[in-house]
Amino acid sequence: MNYITDPLGFAFFWQAMAASAIVGLVCATVGSFIVLRGLAFMGDALSHSAFPGVVIAYIIGAPFYLGASIAAVGTALAIGWVTRQGKVRSDTAIGVMFAGMFALGIFLFSLIPNYVGELFGFLFGDVLGIGFMDLVSLAILAALVIGTVALLWKELLFATFDPLGAAASGLPVARLDYLLLALIALTIVISLQSVGIILVVAMLVTPAATAQLISKSFGRLMVIAGAIGAISPIVGLYLSFWFNSASGATVVLVQSAVFLLVLFATILNSSYRRPARSVAATTTAD
Amino acid sequence: MTADQSTQSAVGGVVARPAPGHPGPPGQTSAPDGLLGEAMSSTRMEAVGEPCPAVSLVGVRAGYGDRVALDDVNLEIPLGALVAVVGPNGGGKSTLLKLIAGMLKPWEGSIEVLGAPAGREARRVAYVPQAELVDWSFPVSVWTVAMMGRYPRLGPLHQPGRADRDAVAVALERVGMTDRAKSPIGALSGGQRRRAFLARALAAEVDLYLLDEPVTGVDVPTQEAIMELLGGEAEKGKAVVATTHDLGAATRHFRSVVAINHRIVASGPSDILTRPDVLAETYGGHLLLLGEGLGILDDSHHHDDPAGRERHYHEDGGGR
Repeated sequence: MNYITDPLGFAFFWQAMAASAIVGLVCATVGSFIVLRGLAFMGDALSHSAFPGVVIAYIIGAPFYLGASIAAVGTALAIGWVTRQGKVRSDTAIGVMFAGMFALGIFLFSLIPNYVGELFGFLFGDVLGIGFMDLVSLAILAALVIGTVALLWKELLFATFDPLGAAASGLPVARLDYLLLALIALTIVISLQSVGIILVVAMLVTPAATAQLISKSFGRLMVIAGAIGAISPIVGLYLSFWFNSASGATVVLVQSAVFLLVLFATILNSSYRRPARSVAATTTAD
Repeated sequence: MTADQSTQSAVGGVVARPAPGHPGPPGQTSAPDGLLGEAMSSTRMEAVGEPCPAVSLVGVRAGYGDRVALDDVNLEIPLGALVAVVGPNGGGKSTLLKLIAGMLKPWEGSIEVLGAPAGREARRVAYVPQAELVDWSFPVSVWTVAMMGRYPRLGPLHQPGRADRDAVAVALERVGMTDRAKSPIGALSGGQRRRAFLARALAAEVDLYLLDEPVTGVDVPTQEAIMELLGGEAEKGKAVVATTHDLGAATRHFRSVVAINHRIVASGPSDILTRPDVLAETYGGHLLLLGEGLGILDDSHHHDDPAGRERHYHEDGGGR
């Protein structure tokens, strides 16, 4: 028995590996912006708020991604609107809106008379249930997201780094923000089937957070994040095959482990080399 | 009203205009009116003879949420001006810059920048934010920061080319940061960080510089170097508008000042900042005048903007 080649004998394993590598890559790409903009909580909120959309789509027999997209984008806009009223802070607005939306999803879910395993799959992810056609549409949507980021790379970078300077020099910063929210929502929708609503935020944030520890340039951050995002699902799926564990959770645990390893390595490294310049150094003295 | 009019004069290129509807000759933007006094002639000699001013605000009232930040602002800054905006914390200095940059829309009044409504000629404007509003742990090199000045003119479909790289190299050379081009910004000193952002503004090749606290927390040699560069840009006919907490720097390095405290208290040549009446009205209770031109200013440095990475473009939420 061969631990590496045996799982490859199953078509579902191939498809699951391809799907989760693509999802990992897209999540890490978009996640680089999420981490640098401090939008992790927003990402978590958007994934949870997709749930009522998925449940409603199931009830009326519509495609899940339609329901999920509408619910996620609608919540993003609603959070923006509540924040603009200036009565509560934006993180408070996010907390209120996303908990409310997720509760609505559970409420509707509980109204369905019989047990629906399919909907549980959306909560925790079911990458082994991804069929060939799912894989194709996933690849197309992933290409759309990554292509958009590649096309607007400079603009998104400037608007992320210095929104005031970018807006003053004529970049449509507000529109870029909405575009990025839309890309986050789309990425979440792409990821729901394989990772699940509850763990998507880890796929978005952890690879980019790991890359941030060891990158001095934004380009390198994205490449490293993308590599971690695409490779860790492959490792995770093997582990989940051997241990017979939940695939989404195993993939996320692999990413968490990589993050902790890199974090400890950088801490050790900087304590050996002190006083050294680190990326996050905030020296002000001349 | 009479009190602050008495302090309004117009030297060094800045004209605080009487409010619209105020009795005054028509076409006051071009013709010197009595209120502005004799200093007017020297004003126009200093400014480059452009037909339109770099910045013109008429009857502007603006704020965040339901809080008024600036009221009754009438101001004209010609091309070639080197202007310091001074005033107490929360007095509206940054707000004035954001209005000119088109990032904040006024509630009332009109703002023209480089002959068009604010924001329209944005590619001819460079804005340097306060150091506190920049995420210095962001993984980006000095070179890339300077190159960002070229992004707006490039557009989404074009990558930086030879001309852009040359412009960035020249800008880094001018601020003396050529040897730090590859450094991540987090590894720089405070003065180097300001110079990296100044390089971005220079690389953008603009006609109007808006700088929020460019010399705050910067060592004296760097301060001198930055101001020499900005002075040189003004000589070339560009307009430079910078906020500052440092009244000494405003007097030494700038040709003219606008003192604001929710409205324009005074404007004119930078030496008006030595006048007790101007200081008293600008800083109110924060200033203790000791006579003989001495005073103690209780205005510890902090900024009135939402802290951290809170992203706000056209409003500030006010709900902090």
